[in-house]
Amino acid sequence: MASLRQRAKRIVVYGGVAFFCFFSASPFLWMLITMFKQDRDLYRAQNNPFLFNDPPTLDHLRLLFLETNYTAFLRNSVLIGVLVVIITLIIAIPAGYSLARLTGRWGERVGIGIFLVYLVPPTLLFIPLFRVVVALGLNNSVWSLVLVYPTISIPFSTWLLMGFFKAIPMDLEEAAMVDGYSRLMAFLKVVMPLSLSGVIAVVVFTFTLTLHEFIYALTFISSSAQRTISVGVPTELIRGDVFYWQSLMAGAAIVAIPIGIVYTFFLDRLVAGFTMGAVKG
Amino acid sequence: MAVVEIRGLTKHFGQVKAVDGVDLSIQEGELLVILGPSGCGKTTLMRSIAGLEQPTAGEVLIGGRVVNGLPPRARQVAMVFQSYALYPHMTVFNNIAFPLKAQGGMTTEARKEKVEWAASLLGVEHLLDRKPRQLSGGERQRVALCRALVREPTVLLLDEPLSNLDAKLRASARDELQRFQRRLGITTIFVTHDQVEAMGLGDRIAVMNQGKVRQIGTPQEIYHESGDTFVATFLGSPGMNLMEREDCLLGFRPEHFLPQEAAEGRHNLTTFSLKVTRIEYLGADRLVYGVVDSVAGETRTVAKLPSTVTLSIESGESYPFFVQKQHLRFFDKATGTRTEPNPL
Repeated sequence: MASLRQRAKRIVVYGGVAFFCFFSASPFLWMLITMFKQDRDLYRAQNNPFLFNDPPTLDHLRLLFLETNYTAFLRNSVLIGVLVVIITLIIAIPAGYSLARLTGRWGERVGIGIFLVYLVPPTLLFIPLFRVVVALGLNNSVWSLVLVYPTISIPFSTWLLMGFFKAIPMDLEEAAMVDGYSRLMAFLKVVMPLSLSGVIAVVVFTFTLTLHEFIYALTFISSSAQRTISVGVPTELIRGDVFYWQSLMAGAAIVAIPIGIVYTFFLDRLVAGFTMGAVKG
Repeated sequence: MAVVEIRGLTKHFGQVKAVDGVDLSIQEGELLVILGPSGCGKTTLMRSIAGLEQPTAGEVLIGGRVVNGLPPRARQVAMVFQSYALYPHMTVFNNIAFPLKAQGGMTTEARKEKVEWAASLLGVEHLLDRKPRQLSGGERQRVALCRALVREPTVLLLDEPLSNLDAKLRASARDELQRFQRRLGITTIFVTHDQVEAMGLGDRIAVMNQGKVRQIGTPQEIYHESGDTFVATFLGSPGMNLMEREDCLLGFRPEHFLPQEAAEGRHNLTTFSLKVTRIEYLGADRLVYGVVDSVAGETRTVAKLPSTVTLSIESGESYPFFVQKQHLRFFDKATGTRTEPNPL
C-alpha cells in the first residue's frame, strides 16, 4: 500500500520533471530540427514542424558560415564578452567590497546611487554615448562596445556583489588578519572563496548581456565584419522581407547550446553556494 | 616583565568614549580576565590590543615594543572570536593550518606535524577532515582555540569564547581552558561579562565600566575588597547591598546578612530590622528581599540564607537581621570609592 503510494508519488514527480525538461529544451530542439530542414519542408503548413518530412540538408549551415560573416560575429562577440567580463570583475569586486564594508550613511547612499545608474535604459543613453564613442574614435569598432557595456554591467554587478560581501561576517576577515594576513590577502583567501557564487553570477550575467545586447551593437557599428552575433545574424539573414529561417536558427543555436551547457555547470555551483550556509563558523 | 602593557588607552567612536584612559599590565603567563557589563568597552580594549582598532590615544606595548600602528599580523597575537570565525570553506585541518601558511617558511610536513600537535592538545584530531558546519558548538570552540594556538603566539586573546556554549558545556570548557592555559603558560586575556567565568578563570580580574577600569585584582580582592560601589554591586549574585548613612555608604554582601537566630557564637554584630517583601527559594539558598530603614528612607536589601538556616520567614513580617562588623564596607557618598571604616 505504502509502496504503491510511493510509486505514484514518484511517477508524479518524475513526470513533472520530464515535462519541464521538455518544455525548457523544446525551443532548442525546434531550432536544431529547423536548421537542417529544406525550404520545401519548412514552408508547407501541413507538415509536422518537429519531423523531417524531406531529407535533412546542410545547405543553410553552408550559407551561414560561407556567405555571411558569421565566424567574425562569433569572434567579436566572444572577444567583447570576455573583455567586458574581465573589466566588470576588476571594477565591481573592489567597488562592491568597499560599499559592503563602508557602513554608515555614505556607503548606503553611494550604493543606491549606483543602482539608480543601472535603471537608466540604453534606449535613452545610446545617443549621448554615441557622441562619446565618436569623440574617442571608436565608432565602427568592437572596442566601442568593450567600452560601453561595462556601463550596464558594473552597476548591477557591484550591487549584486555588495550583497554577497555584506553576508560575510567581518569576524572572518578580522580572524584572517589576526592569523597573519594583510587585509588584501584576507580578502583574497577568505572573502573571495566565500563569494564565488556571486562572482559566477556576475560572470554569467555580464557575458549574457554582451551576447544579447542589441541597441548599442546596432548603433555604434555599421561595418559587417565588426558586428556581434546579436546584430550580425538578423541583419545578414533577413534580407528585405525574406527570412532565412534555417540559417537564423542555426546562428542562434550554435551560440545558445554551448552556453546553455556551460551555465548548467555553473548553476550547480550557484545552488551549492546558496545552500552552503553556516557562514558563522 | 609585563608582556602586554596598556598606557592611557583611549578609543572614541564619534562622541562615544568606548575606552577611556585604561592602564593595564599583564604579566608573563598570566590569565587576566576583563569583566564588565555589555557596552563597557572590554571588547574594544581587546580589539585595540589585537590591532583591529586604532586607539584614539595611548599606547599598547607587547613584549616591550610599542605596537601602535602595526597591523594585526605583525603583533604576534592570536585571538578567538565570540563567533569563533572559522573559515566555512576550509576543512578543520586547513583552518588550523591557515596561520602557519601566513608565516611561510615551513614545509608541508612540518606544518602537518604542527597542526596535529595543536589538534591533540584539544582532542580534535578526529575532526581534521570535517568542515566547520559539521561541528558542534563545543567542537568549533576547540578548533578555534587550536587555530589560535598553533603558531604559539606571545599573547592569546579570548573574546567571550564560551558564551555560545550551553551551560553544562561551559563549565567543562572553562575547566579545560584553564588547565591548558597553565600547561602552555601562555599570556592570556579573556573578555567576558559573566562573573562566574571571570572568578573561576582569572589569575587577576580587571572590572570595567563605561570605558574605565574600576578595579584590578585577584578574584578574592575584587569580591571581598571591592574598590567602589560599581564593583561591589556588579559582583556577586545578587550584588552588594548599599545603604545610605549620614557620612558614607554602607555596604554588605547578601550572604553576610543573616537572621539573628544564626548569630550564635559570632561577635561584633550590627543589627537591622528587615521588613520582608518577597522570598525566592533557590534550593541551596534562600533569597530574602526586603527593606531596611535608613537615613534615606527605606532601602531595598537582600539577604542570601544558606539552606542550613532553617528559620521560617514570612513575607510582610519584620525580622532582626545582623551583619558582622568585619563584613561591613564603607564607600564615599559622592565618588562611590572605598573609604576607611567609620566608627558606628
